[in-house]
Amino acid sequence: MERRDSKITTHLQEPSRGAHMLRSLLQYAAMVGVLLGLVLIFSLMSNNFLSMTTLTSIANSIPDLTVIAVGMTFILIIGGIDLSVGSMLAVSSALLGVLMADHGWSLSAAVPCCLLATAFCGLFNGLISVKAGIPSFIVTLGMLEIARGVAYLMTDSQTKYIGSSVEWIGTPIQGMFLSPSFIVAIVVVIAGQFVLSRTLFGRYCMAIGTNAEAVRMSGIRSAPYSIAVFVISGVMCGLAGIMQTSRLSTADPNAAVGLELAAIAACVIGGTSLMGGRGSVINTFFGVLIIAVLQSGLAQIGASDPTKRVITGSVIIIAVLLDAVRQRWGRNR
Amino acid sequence: MNLSTAPVRLSLKGISKDYAVRVLDGIDLDLRAGEIHALLGANGAGKSTLCKIIAGLTSATTGEMYFNQTLYSPDGKQQAEKLGIQIVQQELNLIPTLSVAENLFLTQLPRRWGIINRRKLRHLAEKVLLRFRLDELNIDQEAGSLGVGQQQMIEIAASLNRQCQVLILDEPTAALSGTETEQLFSWLEELRGQGAGIIYVSHRLDEIKRLADRATVLRDGRKVGTYDLGELTTENMVCLMTGEERSSLAESRDHSQKSKEQQTREQTVLRVDSLCCGSLVRKVSFSVRAGECFGIAGLIGSGRTELLRAIFGADRAHAGSISLKNSERRFRFKSPSEAVRHGLAMVTEDRKKSGLLLPQSIRVNSSLCSLDKFTRFPGLIDRKQEKAETQRMRQELDLRCHDIEQPVETLSGGNQQKVVVAKWLLHGADVFLFDEPTRGIDVAAREKIHRLFKSLTDQKKGIVIVSSDLDELFETCDRIAVMSAGKLVATFSKEEWSTDLIMQAAFSGYMEPQNRQQARQETARRN
Repeated sequence: MERRDSKITTHLQEPSRGAHMLRSLLQYAAMVGVLLGLVLIFSLMSNNFLSMTTLTSIANSIPDLTVIAVGMTFILIIGGIDLSVGSMLAVSSALLGVLMADHGWSLSAAVPCCLLATAFCGLFNGLISVKAGIPSFIVTLGMLEIARGVAYLMTDSQTKYIGSSVEWIGTPIQGMFLSPSFIVAIVVVIAGQFVLSRTLFGRYCMAIGTNAEAVRMSGIRSAPYSIAVFVISGVMCGLAGIMQTSRLSTADPNAAVGLELAAIAACVIGGTSLMGGRGSVINTFFGVLIIAVLQSGLAQIGASDPTKRVITGSVIIIAVLLDAVRQRWGRNR
Repeated sequence: MNLSTAPVRLSLKGISKDYAVRVLDGIDLDLRAGEIHALLGANGAGKSTLCKIIAGLTSATTGEMYFNQTLYSPDGKQQAEKLGIQIVQQELNLIPTLSVAENLFLTQLPRRWGIINRRKLRHLAEKVLLRFRLDELNIDQEAGSLGVGQQQMIEIAASLNRQCQVLILDEPTAALSGTETEQLFSWLEELRGQGAGIIYVSHRLDEIKRLADRATVLRDGRKVGTYDLGELTTENMVCLMTGEERSSLAESRDHSQKSKEQQTREQTVLRVDSLCCGSLVRKVSFSVRAGECFGIAGLIGSGRTELLRAIFGADRAHAGSISLKNSERRFRFKSPSEAVRHGLAMVTEDRKKSGLLLPQSIRVNSSLCSLDKFTRFPGLIDRKQEKAETQRMRQELDLRCHDIEQPVETLSGGNQQKVVVAKWLLHGADVFLFDEPTRGIDVAAREKIHRLFKSLTDQKKGIVIVSSDLDELFETCDRIAVMSAGKLVATFSKEEWSTDLIMQAAFSGYMEPQNRQQARQETARRN
């Protein structure tokens, strides 16, 4: 290593701006490649796949998973995990149903309540795991049960039909093919990537996940940042709950069972490390798209549910393997 | 038994060991049956490496060993153990979640078809504890729930219980209480009577005087000589280890009085007042002036790192106080962030574990402490400024890299250390604490960091350096304090210090029996 350093020492010029741009684009190239590959395969296998209908239906089915995966990306980056996202989504959905269907609240009054409720769940997760030093796996596993129970209690285990007052959020806007939900999700992705790569908050999250002890010894208090990340994940779940409810016009305490696994899968496909310190919101979004394209493509070519599961599982493992290879290649270069 | 006629148990011929550098160079040593042979040397003299080679934990680069007159080249610890060569290492090796009984017989659990015979195990373990008079211990207790001293005793008992012709003990009494030490010594006498050879490594010269028959002194990986304990005094043991002429410790204490008067004249930037933390920092007081470089020498484990950590708030001090910049306000920092806010900075001993974000870039690492300076409302990092400042640091510290976006894990040790330093320089501080600032880095980088100390003191900053490298302290410091057994035992100014005086002071805390007793009791209580 000594030798390698000394060889390069003499000239100090930076690689050009273009090289930097290229490198950051290259980061996404792998994901885009896989995505296009999948689209190509499915359009060859099924005549109907590459149509506006399929693409808008995919776009309008993913907003809830997308926003949750953005929150999850931050959680994984600080080296934590949040298993309670599905249940928190259900709490938000249930609360929306109770407030609007049973108490006749307006949407604009009910939405802040939903977001606040799940933010509180996230705060609870964060406080307990950070302040008491309990692994977030355990705390959020507890919250997974608690929040689901609360959702059932609120609705007496009944689904609640809300109807047209929420439907518009999930339906494509006339002439645009995209729903307000989807647009919000895209805004969240862009904002998330911006926060992660450009702000103090994002930088500290990366640092905490990379080496918490070094952060502490640098004189930075990491607890507020870690707790904030859990709160953000909670808020994202609240948002996702509203999106899901609007898509079905119905509040369902049973909603999103097992969604935490899909969200973690999306992050991992996008190259986020479960050990913390590495991840990208944009790549997580590509991860979500890959999962969605697989689901809908497999359905169109008539694959049975068991087959879909086998293939989805395999894709997750292959994606992570490829990422590991790419990492090693990058290091040995 | 007359030692000179006793058979040779173990004989080393020209043992050398190279890591990146040569750490052992042509060591010859004879260990006779019934002998306790002390191995003496300062930090880094090669004692532990030599022990590891004998025990089969690592192999020598060149040289031969003979065990009972037959060539012996172990390919692992297991083989050495089978032959009857046992080692008890400095750090504890018990498995904390297993019971005392399981730990005693870890490598030879009584079993049938892979199933542990619990009744037999208990029976055997009870016999061992009885034999070593440790029967007040419960054999079913988890090893991790015992005190450090008791764990050490169990570890020693476990190796004594195996067939034992050569026993190597590396700092065995560091964690033991007074009565445990006595008990250990009685085992060793017993073992000596059975004709085993014992190699004994310790900083505690009084123990060595009491126990050992002969001593081999190592200095910088070379053998200085082997001596009968009869011909050695504590003073000349220290001289042999350091290789310098002796002079009196008492004299130096007078000198340190004098320099104390001088220092009050200039502005003090850091004053530490009877700081206590754990059992390793005991009532330490000193002060550092603006523009002064204050060194702290001492043996490994004498509490130097712990002292810096206590000052910086990384560990909670339980008594004493710190004041800064001549102000009357007294602090005892609860966290590093508090210390940093009040103008302290600390470059830690282990840069990989607590200094750097290894996979992150040079830029991210350098700006970590001072990010808020580059941050505009609302939390946006000014990347241009961040890059410019990182580039400035790169020039200033002569950081060798091809790009500031390069991950720091791809840099050499010296350049990594420069990144840690850059992190604190960008943040700025009134007092910089450096723990082993140049350990494991190349000469050029070391030179650069020493020049940096100079420029910091020119800017009237205060610097505290802990280093095991005395030459480094001589080169850079205005005063050098010596820690021994958790206390600051002496302070020397430039005119009065010498390797010899510093080493004497470093050992002094371990020579006063009263003092030691106290330390042990404290350790025992805490555990």
